[in-house]
Amino acid sequence: MSKHLISIHDFSKEEILKVLSLASKFEERKSDPIFSDKVVASLFFEPSTRTRLSFETAANRLGARIIGFSDAVNTSVTKGETLKDTIKMVSYYADLIIIRHPLEGSARYASEVSSVPVINAGDGANQHPSQTLLDLYSILKTQGRLDNLNINIVGDLKYGRTVHSLMQAMSHFKPHFRFTAPKELRMPEEYKEQLKINGIPFDESERLEDGIENMDIVYMTRVQRERFTDAIEYERVKNVYSLKNEMLDFAKPNMKILHPLPRINEIHQDVDNSNHAYYFEQAGNGVYTRMAIIKMLLDKIDI
Amino acid sequence: MEKHLKVSAIKDGTVLDHIPANQLFKVIDILGLSKITNQITFGTNLDSKLLGKKAIIKIADKFFEDNDINRIALIAPQAKINIIHDFQVVEKKVLSVPSTIKGIAKCMNPACITNHQDVETSFATISDSPELKLLCKYCEKVTDEKNLKIISNN
Repeated sequence: MSKHLISIHDFSKEEILKVLSLASKFEERKSDPIFSDKVVASLFFEPSTRTRLSFETAANRLGARIIGFSDAVNTSVTKGETLKDTIKMVSYYADLIIIRHPLEGSARYASEVSSVPVINAGDGANQHPSQTLLDLYSILKTQGRLDNLNINIVGDLKYGRTVHSLMQAMSHFKPHFRFTAPKELRMPEEYKEQLKINGIPFDESERLEDGIENMDIVYMTRVQRERFTDAIEYERVKNVYSLKNEMLDFAKPNMKILHPLPRINEIHQDVDNSNHAYYFEQAGNGVYTRMAIIKMLLDKIDI
Repeated sequence: MEKHLKVSAIKDGTVLDHIPANQLFKVIDILGLSKITNQITFGTNLDSKLLGKKAIIKIADKFFEDNDINRIALIAPQAKINIIHDFQVVEKKVLSVPSTIKGIAKCMNPACITNHQDVETSFATISDSPELKLLCKYCEKVTDEKNLKIISNN
């Protein structure tokens, strides 16, 4: 593995499997304070509570101490400090940098100016590789395998960063995809073209209720109001792409529902107690996956 | 037909021919010709069967590295490069789009870090024909030919 975790594209199939295998070891142990002599910087230039808490929990469970900020408002960024200067300075304080930044490509740039490993915790609409790895870990854990699965991805397939990275990472494992989205938010042509080149079958639908049976994974995402120019259309779509318990009657027993969270109303609360619901456990898996990532980068494990 | 040069010959140096007329000043920009002290003559809006209107640049006593001259492939892919010694063409070069392009082009993604902070752009060429497509190393978005903007050196 490279010295940093910036983009899921940097990862081969073997490298992905090694991260997941290490994550499962951390799940057995929960805490493993091997880095009590390390300082981890958590630099959140925009707020993201879930991702930050997950990374900081992972660092804490490894015994590391944490410095940083949870939003850029009270930092020298507001005085006009460049990202380069902030990263240069922090790389003299900390042994590892976790960065969340609204500009796309910011994490790659940070990795070029930093003298310590950098983890991308989301760079605008571009990449969020630890989310992708925890999604894969959740799929592996619930299905016992990654190969040859039927995966329905639902919601905002046009702008969803999580969706595109997941699709690309899963493409190593011969999946059969179904894409369920309203017309406005369909999977972009460039991604479908890539699937065709790689010989990965997929079909597309606008009807969520048709995409439950036969699925191993139903991956729900949030349809965001700001993606719509027409408010009435948003109201319609919002209700159509809402998963309810009654829709799960014919689901396969092994089928799991994933969601990167926060969920608004695309999964009805009555689904939460179903055996198919897995989104909260999925969030928990984020901690083990991030422990694995931190360990690999701090140990400089050549995976 | 009487051979008559619109731009007079040079004894030694480099001739850049078949530059699309509307790209002349960008070529000058990319090669940094406004900053060198060599004698430079150029003509533009000359008739060309290939391009309609073309430009030609003659730079005395200047010889470019391939890497440098290939930078203009982004905007003048059909340009012909002739190396002149003692009024004779001693070498002809054809341009090829470099596999990585640093600087020169602007990323078309407004949310890309390179459009907000002082970061040199860097692209991988993922296609050079029929349409040029550049993949930004930072934001991982594709900038295509019709959205290509050249960064000025000035």
